[in-house]
Amino acid sequence: MAKLKDLAKMEDRLVAGHGMCLGCGIPLIFKVVLRATEDPLIIANATGCLEVCTTIFPRTAWNVTWIHSAFENAASTIAGVEAMYKALKRKGKIPKDKTIKFLGTAGDGGTYDIGLQALSGTMERGHDIVYLCYDNNAYANTGGQRSSATPLGASASTSPAGTQSPGKLQWRKDLTKILAAHNVPYVAQACPSRWQDLYNKAKKAFEIEGPAFLNVLCLCPTEWKYEESKGIELAKIAVDSCVWPLYEVENGKYKVNYKPKEKKPILEWIKPQGRFRHLFKEENAWVLEEFQKKVDEEWEELNRLASL
Amino acid sequence: MSTLKTLNGNQTIAEAVRQIDPDVLAAYPITPSTAIVETIAKFKADGLITGEFVCPESEHSAMSVCIGSASAGGRVMTATASQGLALMWEMLYIAAGLRLPIIAAIVNRSLSAPINIHGDHSDTMGARDAGWIQIYSENCQEAYDNFIQAFRIAEHLDVRTPTLVGLDGFIISHSMEVIQVEDDQIVKEFVGEYQPVYPLLDTSRKFTVGPIDFTDYYFEHKRNQIEGIENAPPVIEQVGKEFGEKFGRAYGFFEEYRMDDAETCIVVMSSAAGTCKDAIDELREEGKRIGLLKPRVFRPFPDKKIAEALKNMNAVAVLDRCSSPGAFGAPLFTEIRNALYDYDQRPKVVNYVYGLGGRDIRVEHFKEVAEELDKIAGTGKVEKIYSYVNLRE
Ligand SMILES: Cc1ncc(C[n+]2csc(CCOP(=O)(O)OP(=O)(O)O)c2C)c(N)n1
Ligand code: SF4
Ligand SMILES: [Mg+2]
Repeated sequence: MAKLKDLAKMEDRLVAGHGMCLGCGIPLIFKVVLRATEDPLIIANATGCLEVCTTIFPRTAWNVTWIHSAFENAASTIAGVEAMYKALKRKGKIPKDKTIKFLGTAGDGGTYDIGLQALSGTMERGHDIVYLCYDNNAYANTGGQRSSATPLGASASTSPAGTQSPGKLQWRKDLTKILAAHNVPYVAQACPSRWQDLYNKAKKAFEIEGPAFLNVLCLCPTEWKYEESKGIELAKIAVDSCVWPLYEVENGKYKVNYKPKEKKPILEWIKPQGRFRHLFKEENAWVLEEFQKKVDEEWEELNRLASL
Repeated sequence: MSTLKTLNGNQTIAEAVRQIDPDVLAAYPITPSTAIVETIAKFKADGLITGEFVCPESEHSAMSVCIGSASAGGRVMTATASQGLALMWEMLYIAAGLRLPIIAAIVNRSLSAPINIHGDHSDTMGARDAGWIQIYSENCQEAYDNFIQAFRIAEHLDVRTPTLVGLDGFIISHSMEVIQVEDDQIVKEFVGEYQPVYPLLDTSRKFTVGPIDFTDYYFEHKRNQIEGIENAPPVIEQVGKEFGEKFGRAYGFFEEYRMDDAETCIVVMSSAAGTCKDAIDELREEGKRIGLLKPRVFRPFPDKKIAEALKNMNAVAVLDRCSSPGAFGAPLFTEIRNALYDYDQRPKVVNYVYGLGGRDIRVEHFKEVAEELDKIAGTGKVEKIYSYVNLRE
């Protein structure tokens, strides 16, 4: 088991000086994940909050080799880097015993939506990379438009709540399962409120040969509209209400990593967040009901898969 | 050993690929360039190339893989056509902006709609401002020769600019021709070892590649990028000359055919130039003083050199295998007419669009153009600046 005090001694690969909002979940995730390998690392980062906030020329917050090329292609870009690594190793231009790790990363927009095709292709081709989606449920960098990860009923700028609409009308896409259906060696869902679990999953992802996928819930006080200091508490509720279950799929086998002793009602997740405020109007009561029903169904299905 | 082989355009490109053996090859199939990708895949399957062959799920990803691979620090290539190049469009600019010397073989094909698989230059002309060097080929031999030279040009440290080599869909890609294939080892030596610049895989250093520029740096960085392609002309010249010394076929920015005492001139690129040469020969027999100028390098555009070659003509017809809807003429025409603007003595210049969607252009069509040029030269008057060849109207 990794000890926090040992991890704290490791060199930061994403350093202070970035411009992410107060209380942002992205650095929380990356501080843990980037400690999960001691090998040299190369990161390909899609357009989004992380990219924009860390690399405003001439400054960089990256203490590790990093490349950005576009919004929808973090997976293809890192696949290209990995392909060159393999080629140069085969040609003897990189020593046989040298190991480099590769990480592609994007937000939910760059992963669930515009980058899904590139990610699917990269996974299917079996590149030895880790791909991390930080899912903050919106296109945060561009002002909070809906994505296919935006929850039912959330008001986003392209699915706003209004007199005739309760916000987003669709249930979110279950991306982790889509990735599991690629039959890659390792797929996992994690949350920074349980850092040890996140660390273990990242470590496994880096160690496993072949493609690995991590979907990590990412706090975004700016778009979710809650009090910044309450972030970790909120993340805990996401896990305890089973809105964001922690599980992994290793070589096809589902495993639930955490089962709350007492499942919290989704209302505890919804209430603190301004993006759901309108759901408490009488005419939107059905959304809350539907939300709870869907979460229950998904949790049940997940446990069924894990029992197989 | 240099040998004569009967190959089509796609096979000549594949043959050059096998000889150069780039580190990463990433490409997606599309007619008429599919055979390049298939042949590379077979080379890989048979152990004839040692590079990594990536077969991505789209051309957008193919170019993204190329960008990742080239940034990682090695020699990279792709091949595509038409819709494939169009799908890459976003990434073409990024490859150029990151100064990555990626090489692309583009089998020129029309763009939809209507969907059509035949040759024209709409695809690469649409990418003319993407920051890539563009070289066009008349036949299979030139496609082979240009493709080999492209690596030297793109990778030159003063240039570091992605380069595409165009060959006409079907007319060249699928036509068999006897070509001189040079010795594997000599081709390898000619292309030389790849020199990586800030390779990501050099983990002794840490790089941030592709950061965001605000209004304070973007303009300067773009200016720096432009310098790369502006540095290309002497390199293109030198590489073309060396190629001639080594293999007996020298190359410049364009070819002049029977231009010595010409009074009128037809300007046309790629495969149609071959047909045009036949037309010029026949017209010369009839006593007409007409010549052909066949541009080879379209980006960087050799404006001064072309203007010098054309300034003493009475009339010039520029033939574009591409339209530019709503513009004052198609791309090659506007460049050439523009290049002549500063000359006190300059020819009348007219534009013809021909061959869209693979429509044939034959000797008789060039003769019609020549007749029109005669009229313009005689009267000093242009009736129509912009017209079409072999089109039912
Ligand atoms: C092809 C393309 N379309 C749209 C955009 C505009 N854009 C940039 S970032 C972004 C949203 C990013 O959302 P996400 O991936 O969730 O990352 P986040 O900003 O939330 O960190 C959008 C729409 C773009 N850069 N490129
Ligand atoms: S908008 Fe959200 S995700 Fe983006 S930096 Fe701010 S808190 Fe983080
Ligand atoms: Mg997002």
